Amino acid sequence: MVKLVAKTPCEGLLPFSYGTVSLSEVTYDSLTSVAPFVGKNKAVADVFKAAGTPMPAVGRATGKDGQRAIWFGRGQILLAGLTEEGLEGLAAVTDQSDAWAVVRLEGENADAILARLVPLDLDKGVFKRGHTARTQVQHMMASITRTGVQTFEIIIMQSMARTLVHEFEIAMKAVAARR
Amino acid sequence: MRVKDKGLINRAVPLRFTFDGRHYEGFQGDTLASALLANDVRLVGRSFKYHRPRGILTAGSEEPNALMTITDRAEPNVRATVQELYQGLSAKSQNNWPSLARDALSVNDLMAPFLSAGFYYKTFMWPRAFWERVYEPLIRRAAGLGALDKTHNPDLYEKAYAFCDVLIIGAGPAGLMAALTAGRAGARVILADEDSLMGGRLNSETYQIGDHTGQDWAAAAVSELTAMDNVRLMPRTTVTGAYDQGTYGALERVAHHIAKPADDLPLECFWRIVAKRAILCAGSLERPIAFPMNDRPGIMTASAVRSYLNRYGVAPGKSIAIYGNNDNAHQTAHDLAAAGVKVAAVIDSRADAQVQGDFPVYTGAEVINTTGRLGLEEILVRHNGENLMVNADCLAMSGGWNPTVHLTCHMNGRPVWRDGILAFVPADDAIPGLSVAGAARGIFSTRGCLQDGAKTAVQVLDDLGVKAQADVPEAEETPYQISPLWAVPGKGRAWLDFQNDVTVKDVKQAAAENFRSVEHMKRYTTQGMATDQGKNSNVGALAVLADVTGRAIPETGTTTFRPPFSPVSIAAMGAGGQGKGFAPERFTTSHLPSIQRAAPMIEAGLWYRPSYFPMPGEQTWRESCDREVNMVRTKVGICDVSTLGKIDIQGPDAAEFLDFVYTNTFSTLKVGRVRYGLMLREDGYVMDDGTTARLGDHHYVMTTTTAAAGQVMRHLEFVHQCLKPKLNVRFISVTEQWAQFAVAGPRARDVLNALLDDPIDNDSFPFMACGQVKVAGTPGRLFRISFSGEHAYEVAVPARYGESLFRLLCAQAEAMGGGPYGMEALNVLRIEKGFVTHSEIHGRTTAFDIGAERMVSAKKDCIGKTMAARPGLIDDDREQLVGLKPAGAVKQLIAGGHLFAPGAEAVRVNSQGYVTSVGYSPTLDCYLGLGFLKNGRARHGERVKMVDHLKGVETLCEVCDPVFFDPEGGRLRG
Repeated sequence: MVKLVAKTPCEGLLPFSYGTVSLSEVTYDSLTSVAPFVGKNKAVADVFKAAGTPMPAVGRATGKDGQRAIWFGRGQILLAGLTEEGLEGLAAVTDQSDAWAVVRLEGENADAILARLVPLDLDKGVFKRGHTARTQVQHMMASITRTGVQTFEIIIMQSMARTLVHEFEIAMKAVAARR
Repeated sequence: MRVKDKGLINRAVPLRFTFDGRHYEGFQGDTLASALLANDVRLVGRSFKYHRPRGILTAGSEEPNALMTITDRAEPNVRATVQELYQGLSAKSQNNWPSLARDALSVNDLMAPFLSAGFYYKTFMWPRAFWERVYEPLIRRAAGLGALDKTHNPDLYEKAYAFCDVLIIGAGPAGLMAALTAGRAGARVILADEDSLMGGRLNSETYQIGDHTGQDWAAAAVSELTAMDNVRLMPRTTVTGAYDQGTYGALERVAHHIAKPADDLPLECFWRIVAKRAILCAGSLERPIAFPMNDRPGIMTASAVRSYLNRYGVAPGKSIAIYGNNDNAHQTAHDLAAAGVKVAAVIDSRADAQVQGDFPVYTGAEVINTTGRLGLEEILVRHNGENLMVNADCLAMSGGWNPTVHLTCHMNGRPVWRDGILAFVPADDAIPGLSVAGAARGIFSTRGCLQDGAKTAVQVLDDLGVKAQADVPEAEETPYQISPLWAVPGKGRAWLDFQNDVTVKDVKQAAAENFRSVEHMKRYTTQGMATDQGKNSNVGALAVLADVTGRAIPETGTTTFRPPFSPVSIAAMGAGGQGKGFAPERFTTSHLPSIQRAAPMIEAGLWYRPSYFPMPGEQTWRESCDREVNMVRTKVGICDVSTLGKIDIQGPDAAEFLDFVYTNTFSTLKVGRVRYGLMLREDGYVMDDGTTARLGDHHYVMTTTTAAAGQVMRHLEFVHQCLKPKLNVRFISVTEQWAQFAVAGPRARDVLNALLDDPIDNDSFPFMACGQVKVAGTPGRLFRISFSGEHAYEVAVPARYGESLFRLLCAQAEAMGGGPYGMEALNVLRIEKGFVTHSEIHGRTTAFDIGAERMVSAKKDCIGKTMAARPGLIDDDREQLVGLKPAGAVKQLIAGGHLFAPGAEAVRVNSQGYVTSVGYSPTLDCYLGLGFLKNGRARHGERVKMVDHLKGVETLCEVCDPVFFDPEGGRLRG
């Protein structure tokens, strides 16, 4: 009996580091989009709460490493590594486990790298831990979450993983070269 | 020459460099300009038009003359006054041949009487055709600055974003004081200065601040600011433009000053800075005086002379004269005398000027001529009605100071004339959120600048709700006294705009020829249109214009300063867009195996898709394509169709929503079935087509074409948010989630059944069925749909398994005589079946045009239905989709060719339609085409003539049904 072999979006491309910053791929057990139906926000929030991860407000992410609920745009939340149990009939639930490349940018000066790629103010005093944004990385639509003092998780369409890695490599090398 | 014990240069670090091939030595901290002057090099360039010998005029970014090519990286038009010296720097002068000192085109200078303003417009009118072929190339070769290197630019450029509470532009006394005030109050501050060393004029003057020299105070301020976490210092960064919403463009010179930059270090970085507030502390620029023959090398602004002396420890001459109309100029004489440099004379145009010093002083005097072919030798002074010669190899001139108002004009603000200082100052609130402090608004004393910087910072911070305190040290407060002195009459040309060779005479001539508006004068003479944007000449030129037109200066007005403040390389503005940075690349999961099969890739939107899969022995793409078409028609083919848009649609109102966006009905579609759908724009034209599958009562998956995936998603959002907000439906793209492959051909089911956990047959999976399956143990989806006309399926698995499944499908297909096929074969297969793509639904065709008007349901409303029913959109006379087959000796069809009646002349008015898609059909052994023809559906069997005017091809065609192959569709259902 043949079996299909799985391959992650950044396989063979990551990890690498330049200067003080490293870029690595993050693999969540699952990624699931949740879009509450009309009038079901409260009910969905209750399910989140009962499961131990509060439903994130706009521009926020909740949870911890390996298990996050990330605001993902208008009326959408992305569950990363969290189960969607109990949401049937309350929200449109869609498996997105393979749709996205997730990478972690980590290290002193990580925000200097993002300042080359992202047109948002990601300063630690403004974009704090647990803050998230749908924005762009160069020409690519992205979700960016600050998960630590010097750590960001960046989510991009899996088909663009190579471009993502390419853009980060250029920015990271240029920042490292300035030191 | 160097002056002992002066300057902020590091004499412990000598740096060797070359200029026009000759070797020189300078020191760390020098600019190229200061190092050249230290080596007594005065002639540094040739002027734009007359090829006049020119020297260094200024010590800043406003420099019009000392433009050079840095040959290390073939970069032209670098201002020597901005270029920092580094070990091994190699510079070359521009606009001369064969050499700087013996420039052949300096003959232009002799022709000057004939080359004045308006010369080209009057002279090169005839014969008309000569302009483009003769005159313009000649003029362009004679005039000009540096030459572009036409090879690929290997340098890296970067762009970056920055944000702050307060952006302070300029780090002179006002800027440093503002930054200290804001920084100490805890605000997020960016302090940007175009110089490598912050301090502005403080580094060039001998002022005291408190108990320190101005230079020491500036250094202490910079080190205090450096230690603050909330302050970012950006030296070598020119704020080049002010834009909406507190956004500023800024160019950082990152590696221009480094001898051997690291491989990955960008040359420049273009910053987009967003600031809640900004304070412009850009200082002011000294203006030259337009006296006769004022352009000889050795004549420079007085402030530049002080900069070279005090900052770089360089005396720009052995015998230096000073000429001015204001007290500030006198400081030059005092500084030079104190440093032991000979002061040849102080010439002040004001009869009542007070000057004390051990040097000749002429008050109420004028410089009326100069001599020296390649550098100043003597100046002729008129004093008390007598002419006297002064020996000087350098003349420091000061016509007063112009506040650097440029950024305040970037949003159309007009500066305001102030009589007391004879200069324009920024209008209030010219840029929302931008305040101006210090010399940039006409405050010319050090004390005044420090106080104004602090005061402005306190006000700005108060706006932002931050409490701040001003703590300002003591400093000089010499009153600034000035009398008008714009142009000195006399024999010889008096230059206003050194960079574009515009003289007082040119401006007068413009006025005489009725170009009296300042904007007209500017364009007629080209004054202010060079790369310095008239920084040195603007006010002088309009003062002359005001004089000859009998108006006051404020009445005459100014021209507009636009971004950028100083030149910005296009490469810096386009940073990030080089090479692969131009656009993201989207790769399918089967990309690697396709490349391994040597498939050439074709771009479809951002996607890369295989054109064809060449086999050994195949010489042309057509051979491969024909083989792949035959393979699908007779055996089985595999094609990655993951790039098609896939939208997951859920909710109790999902069916109603789909009925509204599609022309046909989806609420009646059974669960487990797929239907082809057509979508119109609001104006009634076709937007997109595709299949939609019903996975559950409240769950559909829509597919779109590859190219229109984004457009359709946007359209659905629009419809939901704006037209049907009450519908309880949610949708999200799942294009990226699924790797989807077409398996097409008579053996398609055999291939699938080799991989499916539970085999299918025609009863369990008939045409247009869909459902969940397990593919080699992995949950997936199967759709029985066909874009080839064959018995075909599309099988989808989560993207991580895409590559693996593609390899398996190909292996299975190959075992049955099949294999992968690419876009070329896919295109031929669909043309044979008459299926449309965006070649046909190109935005100008209706459902009626493509023969699908019956798909617009009469039983319900849908987007575009009403508009599509407009009389003009359903006329028989419209161009309708037809098939085309060659019917004469010529067998070729070309997409884009136009259709004419066989006997008609092939001209525009006779065009009856056009060809949209063509392909050679190995199945039918001829070219097939799809196209649009007037009243085409009623004309099957007729002959038309296809003409491609570009390629010169004319083919007689038979008009036929667009479905060429298996019109009954028996193969689909088999």
